[in-house]
Amino acid sequence: MSYTQRHDGRAPDELRAMEAKVGVIKNADGSAFFKIGNTSAYAAVYGPRNLYPKFLQNPDKGILRCSYNMLPFSGSGERIRPGQNRRAKEISMVTEKSLLSVLNLDEYPNAVVDVFIELPQTEAGSRCAGICAASMALADAGLLMKDLVSAVSVGRVGDMLVVDLDYAEEAYEDGPVADIPVAMTHNSSEVTLLQMDGEISKDMLMKAVEMGKAACEKIYEVQKEALKKKYEGAE
Amino acid sequence: MSEIVVKEKEIVIPGQLLAKGMDTFPASGSYREKEDIFSGRVGVVYIDGRAIKVIPLSGAYMPKVGDVIIAKVIDITMSGWRVETNSAYSAMLPLKDATSEYIQRGADLSSYYAIGDHVVCKITNVTSQKLVDVAMRDPGLKKLSGGRIFSVNTNKVPRIIGKKGSMVSMIKQATGCRIVVGQNGLVWIQGETDNEFIAVDTIKKIEKESHISGLTNRIKEYLEERTQKKLEGVEENELHTKA
Amino acid sequence: MSELKSYLVDLLKKGKRLDGRNILDVRAPFTIEYGVSSTAEGSAQVTLGDTVVMAGVKVEVGTPYPDQPDQGSIMVGAELIPLSSPRFEAGPPTIEAIELARVVDRGIRESKAIDFKKLCIEVGEKAWIIIIDIVVMNDDGGLFDASSLAVLAALKDMKFPEYADGKIEYKKKTDKGMELEKEPIAVTVFKVGPHLIVDPTREEEEVADARLTITTTVDGTICALQKGGDYPLLEEEISQMIDIAIEKAKVLREAL
Repeated sequence: MSYTQRHDGRAPDELRAMEAKVGVIKNADGSAFFKIGNTSAYAAVYGPRNLYPKFLQNPDKGILRCSYNMLPFSGSGERIRPGQNRRAKEISMVTEKSLLSVLNLDEYPNAVVDVFIELPQTEAGSRCAGICAASMALADAGLLMKDLVSAVSVGRVGDMLVVDLDYAEEAYEDGPVADIPVAMTHNSSEVTLLQMDGEISKDMLMKAVEMGKAACEKIYEVQKEALKKKYEGAE
Repeated sequence: MSEIVVKEKEIVIPGQLLAKGMDTFPASGSYREKEDIFSGRVGVVYIDGRAIKVIPLSGAYMPKVGDVIIAKVIDITMSGWRVETNSAYSAMLPLKDATSEYIQRGADLSSYYAIGDHVVCKITNVTSQKLVDVAMRDPGLKKLSGGRIFSVNTNKVPRIIGKKGSMVSMIKQATGCRIVVGQNGLVWIQGETDNEFIAVDTIKKIEKESHISGLTNRIKEYLEERTQKKLEGVEENELHTKA
Repeated sequence: MSELKSYLVDLLKKGKRLDGRNILDVRAPFTIEYGVSSTAEGSAQVTLGDTVVMAGVKVEVGTPYPDQPDQGSIMVGAELIPLSSPRFEAGPPTIEAIELARVVDRGIRESKAIDFKKLCIEVGEKAWIIIIDIVVMNDDGGLFDASSLAVLAALKDMKFPEYADGKIEYKKKTDKGMELEKEPIAVTVFKVGPHLIVDPTREEEEVADARLTITTTVDGTICALQKGGDYPLLEEEISQMIDIAIEKAKVLREAL
């Protein structure tokens, strides 16, 4: 039996419901909340601030440090032990790379910009939700930034190409699945994150990335609205 | 053929298109990509002739030469004091620039400024590596005793001070408080308790409502209501910006 | 005495707090939001002024302790994540986080809020383990009180998942909630110079001499205490602090 209809009735290019808010963590220099389906992420930016230990400092420009963390109760199964596991460390690293290229940190030699991403609940697409929140938080922190970054997972479920896979689709058992988280800049559609689990042909992959581009545009609109809402004081 | 696609004072976000064509050029906070100009941060658009700039609305303080800031003494060294500037970079207050009096070799430096003291100082140098020097030899630069210190969004400091210091003068006049607004987003305030709270609330109100037009009048009315006193002759002719 | 402390003591003499409220007022806004995490079996978020604390409950099934074969158990953890304040750094729990978790744990445990026998599934074999995690989302002081309230609210929000054939079906929640026998509320009273205050901001908390966390149930029974801070307390101060805590617990209880 092939997958021809998404189990929750969404169209192939349809995202789950989204929600975004900027300025949610008072203590931070910039912060944001992003929710897509049942996955939600908070991101807080601190900095530029001084960086210790000193050997981490870069005298040429500021460095970006990202940390992705699932809260202990954010998984659909057992409690997750606190502390960064290998998965969280890897996601932190790819998150950092997905955001770095839009930032200009030349003015902050020896300093650091810290981004903390925390997820209170997850149901697939958590790294992408984290990147969406972090991108807004960095903008909120007033940093020089040439573009926003939006992220979504795309892929195939059976023979169907879809965007924003949910948990059931990731776990689809009656055919091949490919889960491809992508992050893109808005103006130039540069790909800043690309990973994949599963199996897919080159042709399908390129089509999936193309769908990701359109989906990222929809996410961008939500991010943009949230940023403008905070600064236009339209609350 | 150039076309500016945003309005003066419009709030823009990173990557937002500001103008098309080569007749306009990007100033601070914006950048050119091929023929177009985009915003390089979240901020407010200002169009100055053919230049488009984006002024930040948020973000941490960055030390700038000439800024008068409120700093906290965090260390005493052989050559002077190290002070915390409410930014990513601490600053050095060298002996020779620390007071107008002569400091004897081997004097107890903590008798001038002790660790934990807050001082009003002026930034005299910032190197490319962000080594920062401050000095306290100008009038008005001093150690702060008593009163309280609180922080505000550093990007709102110009609005709190007002044109030629008009806004802060009005608050001082209405509340009788002594007030120092540091460019680094720290504010010192000292006065009678109830009036201190009025001054703090007023400054927080300016911080929150600075983007809504008619600010000066609104703040004047607010102060009059809180203090139950009419404010006389509050115009933009008050010159003293420092305490 | 630091400048800030002498300033605060002076202000307290006049009956005011740093943020302008009266000396024993609890901050506004003060809200409790339930169900903030759909993956948790129960969750809640408490906002007290600028302090925001989230608590989430997960359950597991394990073998009861040999000396209590007919009882389940609870575990409370706390994380002071760097997202919530520039004061906090990533890494294993600091003593501040450990103390926070233990004080909240003691309030729940010693008030007998939970009847551990009701958590038993099969004597000597299987019992529910209730794991509660406190996460500070924005720190502006008063973490003991906000956390204990968040945990209590998360327990009230809780629904057990289905358990069959030795497996928990986390996605299938039942109607069965957590039966709370008592509702312990922690109120921490701080001493600043000669004055006693509650619900401090971080700034106020930093200059306080001592604190006493007093957890009480609705009838005023004290079920947990924790003294903190560098300075000692006098007996009459302790007595006053308890009176204040019982009074303020009523205010916090109303929001549940």
